[in-house]
Amino acid sequence: MDRFKGVENYILSDALREIVNAAIVLRRPLLLKGEPGTGKTQLAEVIAADLGLRLVRWNVKSTTKASDGLYVYDTVQRLNDSRFHDKDVSDIKQYIKLGRLGEALASEEQVVLLIDEIDKADLEFPNDLLFELDQMSFDILETGEHVTARHRPIVIITSNSEKELPDAFLRRCLFHYIEFPEPEMMERIAAVHHPDLQPRLIAQIVARFYFVRRQRDLKKKPSTSELLDWIQAVVAGGIDAEALQRRLPFLGVLLKTEEDVARVSRGDR
Amino acid sequence: MFINLFQALRRHGVPVTFDEWLTLQAALGEDLAGGSLTRFYHLARATLVKTEAHFDRFDRAFLDCFSHIGTDAELLGRIEERLGKMPPLELTDEERRLVGALELEEVRKGFLDRLRNQDDMPHVGGNKAVGTHGRSPYGAWGYNPAGVRVGQGEGVHRRAVQIAERRSFRNYRDDVALDVRGMKTALGLIRQAVREGPKESLDVEGTVRATCRNAGELEFVWERARRKRIKLLLLMDAGGTMEPHAELVSRLFSAAKDVVKDLKPYYFHNCVYQDLYTDIRQMRSVPTRKVLEAVPGDYKAILVGDASMAPGELLRPNGAIDFWYENDRPGVEWLSDIRRRFPKAIWLNPDPRAWWDGTPTVGMVRSIFPMFELTLEGLRAGARALMRSG
Repeated sequence: MDRFKGVENYILSDALREIVNAAIVLRRPLLLKGEPGTGKTQLAEVIAADLGLRLVRWNVKSTTKASDGLYVYDTVQRLNDSRFHDKDVSDIKQYIKLGRLGEALASEEQVVLLIDEIDKADLEFPNDLLFELDQMSFDILETGEHVTARHRPIVIITSNSEKELPDAFLRRCLFHYIEFPEPEMMERIAAVHHPDLQPRLIAQIVARFYFVRRQRDLKKKPSTSELLDWIQAVVAGGIDAEALQRRLPFLGVLLKTEEDVARVSRGDR
Repeated sequence: MFINLFQALRRHGVPVTFDEWLTLQAALGEDLAGGSLTRFYHLARATLVKTEAHFDRFDRAFLDCFSHIGTDAELLGRIEERLGKMPPLELTDEERRLVGALELEEVRKGFLDRLRNQDDMPHVGGNKAVGTHGRSPYGAWGYNPAGVRVGQGEGVHRRAVQIAERRSFRNYRDDVALDVRGMKTALGLIRQAVREGPKESLDVEGTVRATCRNAGELEFVWERARRKRIKLLLLMDAGGTMEPHAELVSRLFSAAKDVVKDLKPYYFHNCVYQDLYTDIRQMRSVPTRKVLEAVPGDYKAILVGDASMAPGELLRPNGAIDFWYENDRPGVEWLSDIRRRFPKAIWLNPDPRAWWDGTPTVGMVRSIFPMFELTLEGLRAGARALMRSG
């Protein structure tokens, strides 16, 4: 099988690349945690792009039920159709709608399945998926159909640790915690997104960014995406490295609450 | 392989299971570590540790097992100097078997011994000394399944032991928060299914019935979805002997507040009498009888206390520790009332089990409530008992 190598515009650590490959070889779901903005969701896109596979994305919400991910049986539609005679109501198949997980398992070719923010759902949600993720197959009770994946999907699961995940679920996953990038790596990330900027200016902006991040008691620490926006703002504002040293412009781009902005501006004297 | 790491992890309190261990073995079987200790470090962590809160423990366990493998920069430099690249040694399967695998520990000792005894001549192709392409377990580009590899292009500064030594995940350890989290998951065990919330799931049978009655004109019947809820009455002892456990109890309380939507928390002083306190400092209280009437009996009850008191406090009218507090019914009767009202009830005792027999009142309370230690394990066992009884 093809090995995952990473793509040009997504900087990732060697450790993470190896773990992605381990998850593929061992056929285990990969559970990713880490601060917001560390590229958890993006990783699945990158894997799909790199291996030339289709990405099936399942965004989990607090109301999402595990069974909905497999399929939904549209009883209401069927009952409704039973009143008219334009459709064959005894053909239940047409009322079965595959969910994202069902779609990934039923797919003819191998796909990358992203289960995004699994911790948003009910506590039992991950446990309800155990069997299907282990066996990569499921039954459609209404039609008696048995769906088995032809090619085991590469499963990437992200979590923001809002809830503890059940042990039985964790045992089956490989786990990686994406650390917030070190300044050096952040410079590379910034350079990928702004290739025409001078390295010196990027280094300067990144240094100032980490200065802001280091401030204590921030309500919300700025993340990578805020840094990239900030670079855009600094460049558009025509601010050079020297001016950046003296003051912090466009703080509102980095910080999302007034208290944070006030705290950092005070500390910047 | 590396069973000592498994043991060290368990010793450091990382809950590694045998299944996860086998996954790591499978990964090594696929050569995913490729003979690099750094890659082995990441691979082992990804397969064995499932929360960043345990990464630091993993680092310490890893150091216990592998820090001695680390070679300092000077030593590495000297070895690398000696090793020149040569065409790889070709071995037949038969020869491979003969070489066999040595125990890691043996290899390590031998490595150090041999390095000490070896003269400073570069060594290529032999069976014993540290060099290149040989059958000795030491050196680079050679063949031996349990070999110690040295150098081989991996930067000195990124070696696994040093990653572990940095222990960069120290900050993710938060034993207090961990406890609260553990408690939360334990409390999560006592959820029960109830129908509640908006009517949003279709009652198919009801719909068919209603439609038939309606002469075939479609009529939908909806019902409330089943959801899992925890309903919990939490009674906490805030008496004097509980002072050392105040922190633990407040942790339990904050865990309960987070997980339990229907939480009824009250305090009592050593034993429950006719009043339960909503605020023990300001002595704000509600009559116990009212609580017993108002809180539905399908609530689960958890009482927290050391149950250590003078027997009179439990058995006699007016026996309360507070002299001015008059109770016409003895505490033991109130406790029995609570148990009758809430068949699913347990008592959590912060004192270790070994002490329980030394206090007569503990035995009396235990005859009313099943008692568990207020530890994570006790809480789990208690939660399971709550789900069993009745």
